[in-house]
Amino acid sequence: MRTDGIGTADAARAGGKGRGGRRRGGVEWLLPALFAVAVVSMGFGHYPLSPAAVLDVLWSALVGAPSAQPPAVENVVLAVRLPRVLAAMLVGASLAAAGAAYQTLFRNPLASPAILGVSAGAGFGAALAMLLYGSALAVQGAAFAGGLCAVGAAMFVAGRLGNGSALVLVLAGLVVSALFQALTSALKYVADPTDTLPAIVFWLLGSLGRVGMSDLAWAAPFALLGLSVLFLLRWPTQVLEAGDDEARTLGIPVGALRIVLIVAATLMTAAAVSISGIVGWVGLLVPHLARLLVGPAYGTLLPASALLGAGYLLLVDGLCRSAFAAELPLGIVTAVLGAPVFVVILAKARRQWS
Amino acid sequence: MTIVETHALAIGHGRRRVGEGIDLAVGAGEVLCLLGPNGGGKTTLFKTLLGLLPPLAGEVRVLGEPVAGWSRAAFAQRVGYVPQAHAGIFPYTVEDIVLMGRAARVARFGAPSRHDREVAGACLDALGIGHLKRRVYTEISGGERQLALIARALAQEPVLLVMDEPTASLDFGNQIRVLEHIAELRGQGIAVLMSTHQPEHALRVADRIALLAPGGLAGIGAPAAVATPARLAALYGVGADAVAACLAPHLAAHPSTIPNPQESCPS
Repeated sequence: MRTDGIGTADAARAGGKGRGGRRRGGVEWLLPALFAVAVVSMGFGHYPLSPAAVLDVLWSALVGAPSAQPPAVENVVLAVRLPRVLAAMLVGASLAAAGAAYQTLFRNPLASPAILGVSAGAGFGAALAMLLYGSALAVQGAAFAGGLCAVGAAMFVAGRLGNGSALVLVLAGLVVSALFQALTSALKYVADPTDTLPAIVFWLLGSLGRVGMSDLAWAAPFALLGLSVLFLLRWPTQVLEAGDDEARTLGIPVGALRIVLIVAATLMTAAAVSISGIVGWVGLLVPHLARLLVGPAYGTLLPASALLGAGYLLLVDGLCRSAFAAELPLGIVTAVLGAPVFVVILAKARRQWS
Repeated sequence: MTIVETHALAIGHGRRRVGEGIDLAVGAGEVLCLLGPNGGGKTTLFKTLLGLLPPLAGEVRVLGEPVAGWSRAAFAQRVGYVPQAHAGIFPYTVEDIVLMGRAARVARFGAPSRHDREVAGACLDALGIGHLKRRVYTEISGGERQLALIARALAQEPVLLVMDEPTASLDFGNQIRVLEHIAELRGQGIAVLMSTHQPEHALRVADRIALLAPGGLAGIGAPAAVATPARLAALYGVGADAVAACLAPHLAAHPSTIPNPQESCPS
């Protein structure tokens, strides 16, 4: 595609403002910003707290000294809000980082963690566990397994269909998603409408309301493992942007790298989904937001996406539990916010995709 | 010194053979131009040379060693590939694109070092586009992109450059600029294997020319001996007089000038 001539004015303007590939600000300031958001967010809720009180409780717990705050405040911060805030950050960072990875490795700006059927598979697994067992641990385990199964099925179908191109894999993911959604519908149809059905529907809407420290303890290792792999491989991953054949001629073992990345991104998505239910849009939206902030180079985009995703979900979850009398499911709010914000980002970014 | 050589190479996709019995060699500081009609197998030959398609028979050797067992990284440290200029999807800077040429030399879990950035910068400067370093690749012109992709391949510090129609889709000035840079590479001892649709470009930079027709090589040798109107006419299936008319000024630069170009050049 040629941009000479027509694109010149745009290019000049873009160059002047440092838009596009130029790095505006690093990711360094995102980390302190995330910490600040986390502290402020712990003050949100039916029992509002000042950031100072939150910091006091956290510091006391960290050094093991008694805090000056009343026990009720300590309880709210440490037992209720801390796991929830940690979960929001873990889920947000996982979904956003996985989204950035998928977008880069499929060379598709519209790719997201849901693309290979992870969400649909996890939803089916969770629904099945609710129907059969109902225990929280079974639901998480089944969601995790369902997500991995769906991606395994998608990769198997893609392998059968042939050349291993990214497009075939995405199409296989669509097919597998549709299948698992149909199976989930079947489960809903047979579920008891008084208790099981609402539980399934609520889980599919996504929420962090029932996350405890024990949930975090088993999901976090998978999420952090996936995140580490993505981070360590960020540079060869960036080279995939050149296209499969060119990346090969540049020295990248494309097939092996793609498999490792898909497994890592899927692992973290499944871990996130298993504790939060289906939270859409984060993995699609946040990488684009990060791209506007730090530029498209994946080496910086990946950490920026993870940090922004964590902050974004913190804010949205804070909104969920404080804006209305009854708590709103997280997935509804991310979708309602995500759709219009994404349109704005598309309008800003479209020119750059060319 | 022979940099790359093929022995009885058969190329094609799966069971469909496009060409066979291909023997060619390119030495250090030599430019070998590949001419041939569409569908003649130029792209297939390049893909086989680059290890993107398996050879159906025969072998490819680089620096005397068969490349079959080489890792991607080992191959990329010796052979650079310059594709036709294309637009990326995400707006990377030109420097980011050129740095990708360092991929085979960056540690597995690492990122490009200061040295890698210096090499990338030097490659951009060598092609006279150092000022584009911070520009966005998707926003520069087609000619500038082609130069950036050559810089990327040079950043691999290769002994062989494989160039797929480096002058295609470029304007007249950029064609000349790219050809001049290719001629300069010869001075650095790099072997260059390039394809082109324009025989006059081959006559301008090539030390030797190879003619690739469906089925295999139709000839390889010095430009004056190979790029004669009669042989080009046979290769492309057109009249020899028409070829002679188009190439007369270029052939004049070589010893075996063909007299009497009568027909007008269709351009």
